[in-house]
Amino acid sequence: MNPTLDAGPAAAPTTTANTVELRGVSRWYGNVVAVNDVTMTLRQGVTGLLGPNGAGKTTLLHMMAGFLSPSQGEVTVAGQPAWRNPEIYRTLGLVADREAVYGFLTAWQFVLASARLHKLPDPAGSARQALAQMELTDVAQRRIETFSKGMRQRTRVAAALVHQPSVLLLDEPFNGMDPRQRMHMMALLHRRAEAGATVLFSSHILAEVEQVSGTVQVIVAGRLAASGDYRSIRRLMTHRPHVFAIRSSDDRRLAVALLAEPAVAGVDVGPAGLTVRASDYGTFARALPRIALREGVRVRQVTPSDESLESVFAYLVAGPSGVAGPNGGSA
Amino acid sequence: MNGTVAAISARALLGRRRFLLLLPLPVLLVGLAALAHAAQPDPTDWGGPVLAGLGFGVVLPMIALLVGTAVLGAEIDDGTIVHLLATPVARRDIVLAKLLVAAGITAAVSAVPMYLTGLIVAGGRLGLGLALASVLGSAAYSAVFLTLSVLTRRPVLIGLLYVLIWEGLLGNLLAGSRLLSIQQYTLTIAAKAGDTTLLPDKVSLPVALVMTAVFLIGGTVLAIERLRSFRLTGETA
Repeated sequence: MNPTLDAGPAAAPTTTANTVELRGVSRWYGNVVAVNDVTMTLRQGVTGLLGPNGAGKTTLLHMMAGFLSPSQGEVTVAGQPAWRNPEIYRTLGLVADREAVYGFLTAWQFVLASARLHKLPDPAGSARQALAQMELTDVAQRRIETFSKGMRQRTRVAAALVHQPSVLLLDEPFNGMDPRQRMHMMALLHRRAEAGATVLFSSHILAEVEQVSGTVQVIVAGRLAASGDYRSIRRLMTHRPHVFAIRSSDDRRLAVALLAEPAVAGVDVGPAGLTVRASDYGTFARALPRIALREGVRVRQVTPSDESLESVFAYLVAGPSGVAGPNGGSA
Repeated sequence: MNGTVAAISARALLGRRRFLLLLPLPVLLVGLAALAHAAQPDPTDWGGPVLAGLGFGVVLPMIALLVGTAVLGAEIDDGTIVHLLATPVARRDIVLAKLLVAAGITAAVSAVPMYLTGLIVAGGRLGLGLALASVLGSAAYSAVFLTLSVLTRRPVLIGLLYVLIWEGLLGNLLAGSRLLSIQQYTLTIAAKAGDTTLLPDKVSLPVALVMTAVFLIGGTVLAIERLRSFRLTGETA
């Protein structure tokens, strides 16, 4: 169950056209080290770049996208250096973290401009296709400034997809999307991957990465903390106990009922309510409303008390018994 | 040059409310000249202050500053520049398109009122001279201000200091600083082309023309080079 696996499926045929390689990459700003000696290879498939805010995900993505020079090490896209090389954008698409768009353009004008900037043979056809892929055809003639956050995000993705890039980098793409849009977006990323593309998206939300049946690269404090199949990393994360603070209309009754639940490791009853230690986050989260309903107890408040991502990632880095080393980077 | 970049840049500029700030200055210039002319048809006393002081000292550089710093700087500020840069379009073509838009709009907004002012002050020859100097000045100023917006996060402030302190104050006190003053080049070009003694020509015409080209080409090359190494700022650890 060592999560330090190779980033891509070893047996899969790899071409350089969709490979992103980082070799010993560091980036520092003055005395602050944002990315520390990261080595990874991204190949065809969907990869999640997971880490808490400030871990260096965006810095890493910017280096992959040619928008930042590594202080040390080498970043290549399709075998070419990413930095100071606009040619990589023929194969690379980027959806950056900033939401800026040309609000005065319609979605159609914006995506069409992107197609023209990529010098595609049939800009109008490509733009139509990209808008259709993102389900924006009906609103294509509306100005982007009238769009909701999620629609703007989809418009930016459409513009980044218009040239069918074999490498697609997305920085927090699910921000501002509703669950249905997320599902749709996830399906789209998978379709791109099945068509042969290397897709990397960053996220600080574990649940988002859970839906990715690909590879996960975990970044903590600028270092590659773990990389490999998401299931093994997920297992590491779920094996840690989760602590919830719960306030209800009848704490004692709820405590007794919860103790019978296998996912609950312990319950403390205090004046401020219950403190519950759950061994499995998901099972407990599903069981609680069912139990409360059955017992006729009204749950007023549920607060995960140690769910700060930092604590989750700290646990992951330290590991229950040092399973995940501090730098489990793949070769 | 890239038509798509130019079209987006022009729309972004003209659609901004800030663009409306450009309009009172030319109106003021023409209005003041018309008023002065009505009061005193001989421009010997007031022609210099209106043309050099207001026209080339304020109207042209301020319009160029507002347009030149916004044409690329606004996109760098709000992050939309990524949509242009994450494409295989050569950085040279992006800068040239932006420069053409900035210089074109600045020239249009400044040369027309300058021509009208010249017409009021001394007739068509002066008007054409002022317009020509405005067009050349627009190109040089635009290159400088566009470059400033790639070099620094505070292009408007630094541009303002250049116009007010370097050109406005030092240009009148220290002869040496005139060599690096676009305002002085435009004054000389306007004086020679407009065949007038109302404007001071403190640098020679060859110097004015060559230095205008140096600012234009030098600024453009520097801007292209800096845009090649454009860094996105995001979260830091």
